[in-house]
Amino acid sequence: MDLNKINETKADKVFMGFVYVALTFALLIVLYPLIYIISASISDPAAVNSGEMWLWPKDITFEGYRIILQNDAIWRGYMMTIFYTVFGTFINLIFTLPTAYALSRKDFYGRRFFTLMFVLTMFIDGGLIPTYLVVRNLGLIDTVWAMVLPNAVALWNIIITRVFFQSTIPRGLEEAATIDGASNFKLFVKIIIPLSAPIIAVMALFYGVGHWNSYFNALIYLADRSLYPLQLVLREILVLQEMSSNSVSMTGGMAEFIHSQQQLAAIIKYGVMIVSTLPIIVVYPFLQKYFVKGVMIGSIKE
Amino acid sequence: MKQQAPPISHVQDIPRVRTKKKNRKIIQNWQLYLFILPTVLYFIIFKYIPMYGIQIAFKDYVPSLGFAGSEWVGFDHFIRFFNSYYFWDLIKNTLGISVYELAVGFPLPIILALLLNEVKDSAYKRTVQTVTYAPHFISVVVIAGMIIAFLSPTTGIINSFIQLLGFEPIPFMSDPKWFKTVYVFSGVWQSTGWGTIIYLSALSGVDPQQHEAAIIDGATRLQRILYINIPTIIPTMTILLIMNLGNIMAMGFEKILLLQNPLNKSASNVIATFVYEAGLLDAQYSFAAAIGLFNAVINAILLITVNHIAKKTSETSLW
Repeated sequence: MDLNKINETKADKVFMGFVYVALTFALLIVLYPLIYIISASISDPAAVNSGEMWLWPKDITFEGYRIILQNDAIWRGYMMTIFYTVFGTFINLIFTLPTAYALSRKDFYGRRFFTLMFVLTMFIDGGLIPTYLVVRNLGLIDTVWAMVLPNAVALWNIIITRVFFQSTIPRGLEEAATIDGASNFKLFVKIIIPLSAPIIAVMALFYGVGHWNSYFNALIYLADRSLYPLQLVLREILVLQEMSSNSVSMTGGMAEFIHSQQQLAAIIKYGVMIVSTLPIIVVYPFLQKYFVKGVMIGSIKE
Repeated sequence: MKQQAPPISHVQDIPRVRTKKKNRKIIQNWQLYLFILPTVLYFIIFKYIPMYGIQIAFKDYVPSLGFAGSEWVGFDHFIRFFNSYYFWDLIKNTLGISVYELAVGFPLPIILALLLNEVKDSAYKRTVQTVTYAPHFISVVVIAGMIIAFLSPTTGIINSFIQLLGFEPIPFMSDPKWFKTVYVFSGVWQSTGWGTIIYLSALSGVDPQQHEAAIIDGATRLQRILYINIPTIIPTMTILLIMNLGNIMAMGFEKILLLQNPLNKSASNVIATFVYEAGLLDAQYSFAAAIGLFNAVINAILLITVNHIAKKTSETSLW
C-alpha cells in the first residue's frame, strides 16, 4: 500500500496524528490501573491510601506479600482452585473432544438431531432456580462435583472444536482406517488425538481460564469453607471487607476488630489481585493468540 | 396393469435400500454414539430437566414433592410480582443499566477497531492490542475489588485525583446516582479492546483494490473509512446489535452482585440479582423461578422482534 504514502494529503496526516493520539489514550487508560496495582502491592499502605503513591512504588515493602503467603485461607483457596481448574478442564476435554469429533463426521447418523438438541438450549433455558434445584436434588451441593459437573461442557467450544476437525482432518484418513479394520475408538485415540494438539491446547486454555476466574457457582453451590476456591476467598477480602468500611460505624471492640481487619485488607488487597491473576499473566501470551483464533472461528462459522 | 408393476416395485425399493444403508451406518459407527453419550446426558440433566422444572413458576414448589408433585397455583407468583412495590424499580434499573451499557459499550469497540485498522502492523499496534485485550482475562471478583479500591472516598486513587483538582470526594459506591456509570465504564475498561477482535477480522476482509482505487480518485483516509470500511462491517455490527438487544434484560449480573451494597441498592437492584436473592437466599423457589421466566420471555420477545426488524430493513439477521 505504498499508494498511501504517495497520495497522503495534509488532511490524512492530521487524521493519522489523531489516530495515534486516540490509540495512545486508549493504551494509557487501560495500562494505568494495571501499573497502579503492581506499584500499590509493594508500597507502604499509608502512601497508597493517602494518594501519595500514584504511579511508581513508594516506600517499598513486601509486607503485603508476606502476609498473603502466610494466610491459610488464601493458600487453601489457591489449592482448591488449582484442583478445580485441572480436574474441571480434564472433564471438559473428555466431554468436548469426542462429542465434537462425532458431530464432525458426515457419516454419523443423527448429527443433525444432536446438534439441534444442543443448540436449542442456547435459546431456551431453565434459568437459575430450576438449575440450582436439579443440582441440589442430585446431592451435589457442598461437593467438588458441583464445581465440575454443572459446567462439564460448553456448546460454543463444541462448535469450535467441530469446525477444527472438519477443516483439518483429511477425509481419506478415516476411510483408510475403516478399511484397515480400525474401530472408531482406535481411530480417535491413535490418529485423531495426536493430530489435534492445537485445538486441545485452545480448549484447555478456554476452559481453564473459565474455571480459574469463576466465582458464582462456588457462591451458590458451596457452603463448606474448606471447599472455597480462590475467587470466593478474594471476594471476602476485596469486596466484603471493603464494604464494611463504607457502612456505618460499630461500637467498642467490634469497631477495633473491624479496623484491624481493614488495615489488613488495605495491606494485602493489591497483592492478592496480583497473586490470584499470576497464572493468567503467565499464560497470557498463549491466551491472546489462541483466544483471538477462537473468536475468529466463531465469527466465521455462525 | 402388468406394465405398471415394475416401476411400483422399484419405487418401494428405494426406502428399503435407504433404511438398510442407514442401519449399516448406525451399526458401523456405534462407537460414535458412545462418544457423544456423556454430552447428551449432560444436556438432558443440566439443561432439559431444568427446562422441565420451569413449571414450578406456576406451582408452589415443595422440595419433598419435586417438580411434578407440587401443587399448581396458576399465575399467582407472576401477579404477586407485578403488583409488588419493587416491580417498576427492578424494570427501571434493569433496562436503565442495559441501555446505558449498550449506548456506551457498543460503539466504542467499533471506533477502536477502525482506528487500529488504520495503523500498519508494527510493534506499537501489537502493544496497543496486547494491553487492551488483557483486562478481558481478569476475573470479575478482581475487577470488583479494583473498582471498590480505586473509588473509595477516603483511600481511592480516583478520589485523590478529584481532590487534587479541588473538588469534594465522590462516594461512588454508596451514592445510587453513580452506580450505573461505575458499572458501565468499568465494563468499557475491561471489554472494549477485546470487542475489537471481531471487527478487525471483518475489516481484514476488505478488498485492498477498493482502497487503491479510492486513493487514486483522491479519497482521504476519513472518506475511505466512512465509505469503504464502515459499510464492510455493518453486517457484523447488525448481528452483534441484535444479540445485545436480545440480551438487554440479562446483563453482567455477576458483577452487579459484587458491586451491590445496601446503600446503592435502589439503583443496583436488577431482576437477575433479585431472582438470586429471592430464590437462593430466601428460598422462595417458585416465586423466583416465575420472575426468571418472566425475564427470559421478555428477552425472547425482544430478540425475535429485533431480528425481524433487522431482516426487514437490512437483510442481515440471526436466522
